[in-house]
Amino acid sequence: MTAMVGTLHDGWVVTKRNLIKIRRIPDLLIFSTIQPIMFVLLFAYVFGGSIQIPGVSYKDYLMPGIFVQTVAFGAGITAIGLADDMQRGIVDRFRSLPMSRAAVLVGRTTSDLLNNLFTVIVMSLTGLLVGWRIHTGFGKGLAGYVLLLLFAYSMSWISAVIGLSAKSVEVAQSAGFIWMFPLTFLSSAFVAIDTLPGWLQPIANWNPISALALSLRDLWGNAPEGLARGHGFPADHPVLLSLMWCTLILAVCVPLAINRYRRAAHR
Amino acid sequence: MGVAILAEGLVKRFGTVVAVDGLDLEVPEGTVLGLLGPNGAGKTTTVRMLSTLLKPDRGRLEVGGIDVDLYPQRVRKVIGLSGQSAAVDEYLTGYENLEMIGRLYQLGKSKARERANDLLERFELTDAANRPVKTYSGGMRRRLDLAAALIVSPPVVFLDEPTTGLDPRSRMGMWDIIGERVRSGATVLLTTQYLEEADRLADEIVVIDKGKAIARGKADELKREFGGERLVVVVRERAELEPVRQMLDEVSGGRAVADVSAHEISAEVTSGPRALTDVVLRLNAAEIDPVDIGIHRPTLDDVFLKLTGHAAEEKSQ
Repeated sequence: MTAMVGTLHDGWVVTKRNLIKIRRIPDLLIFSTIQPIMFVLLFAYVFGGSIQIPGVSYKDYLMPGIFVQTVAFGAGITAIGLADDMQRGIVDRFRSLPMSRAAVLVGRTTSDLLNNLFTVIVMSLTGLLVGWRIHTGFGKGLAGYVLLLLFAYSMSWISAVIGLSAKSVEVAQSAGFIWMFPLTFLSSAFVAIDTLPGWLQPIANWNPISALALSLRDLWGNAPEGLARGHGFPADHPVLLSLMWCTLILAVCVPLAINRYRRAAHR
Repeated sequence: MGVAILAEGLVKRFGTVVAVDGLDLEVPEGTVLGLLGPNGAGKTTTVRMLSTLLKPDRGRLEVGGIDVDLYPQRVRKVIGLSGQSAAVDEYLTGYENLEMIGRLYQLGKSKARERANDLLERFELTDAANRPVKTYSGGMRRRLDLAAALIVSPPVVFLDEPTTGLDPRSRMGMWDIIGERVRSGATVLLTTQYLEEADRLADEIVVIDKGKAIARGKADELKREFGGERLVVVVRERAELEPVRQMLDEVSGGRAVADVSAHEISAEVTSGPRALTDVVLRLNAAEIDPVDIGIHRPTLDDVFLKLTGHAAEEKSQ
């Protein structure tokens, strides 16, 4: 119990430090603002006309996909932040202090979650401007956002493991993002699963990105009648599958990241 | 008096490189140990092991009477670390850095605030307190770094090359601050590449090379051992070499050495100023006008040459 309180206290101190840093280097915040706006506008106006999803406005269908992809990429900055702190020797300073061993990671993932929350707000406003709407009620709408942020937080911990394993910021930068391209595109984020080649369909079917995108579509009423939802369990219980994915990711990556942190040496 | 820092048979390997090779250290409470050696001698690795950042492959470590391997978290409460091994945050202000570190040492909010302001004042950083560290000069940054290590007045302080890269004036400033800290009773382990720095601050000096202690003792003892001061004369004409060599031989008791190609004669002397005066008078009498004459105090290079037969510079890589 005292260890838990200690982690929360120290984690909050580190979170505040990271937030101050965002304020001092506004480039990061500007990037987090422009990127989602750009994505929403590009997909809505460039692909909006050419990709046909029967029975629904593509913008409605598309927004949940963009949300999921954007928070996944947003979680990638966790790797960069940690690699940067290691390279600068800040992690060594923290490791020499009588503070919780998990606090630097809790602080980093928390501030990155807040950064992602900001991005989600900007994206929602842009979505509303181009005609996207949540068609269900307040409860389901909110549940969708909570699920999205839980997923963002889980992805941050994968990113933390990558950042702590990287030898430099440059490595963290590419290693932190490269795997997200196949992950997000081999999914139902932007296209219906049954348009993919047969052998890719099972992958896309079980992909956490698909699970999240489908969950949001259900929770926000962005999934039209007769939408090709994929097959079996993922199609019937997307929210449950999303929660299972988040639990699995956290159960594996939290202990792994803490272990890496303990051993981290900046040279 | 108790032992504040103890290392027995410390070994650390990185792949095939043996960074620290059976090092023993014993620092009594309230004293300063200077760990002197060139780049790559194993100084930083030793500090990293003592400050819980790195696990040794072999050996026993105690800091403040606490076993470092068994109770690292307890050790962290009694140590402060500054210098090459740890950094301050560039994007935070000086005040924010200190307040944060105070909080992470588990000081309460108001106590952390108070200590941060105290130390900023003591280290003459009050004017820069609310500026991001990015805008600080090298000297200011080191002072802040040292302040960070002292935020809870820990009984044991590790200073890893606290003045490397500083200009002479900032270095003097740092020496004053460290000296003041030492007088207030902390035990300090200081690593440095400069004999002068160890001489000025340390009660005892351990010279290390390739991870091994190759000499230890008080600064004076070591200096005597390393040959003390040398008198050096550079002459204009080759013909002047021999008479001047004879003069230096007489002054030093037969220890003069001539470097013919450099037109340089040098000799170890027990008292530099006396020997210098003596030789100047003799040169005048012989009407020899030297290019250069002076006293050379032993440098780390001299120490190394003497101890290992190779120069410290070559050791860098």
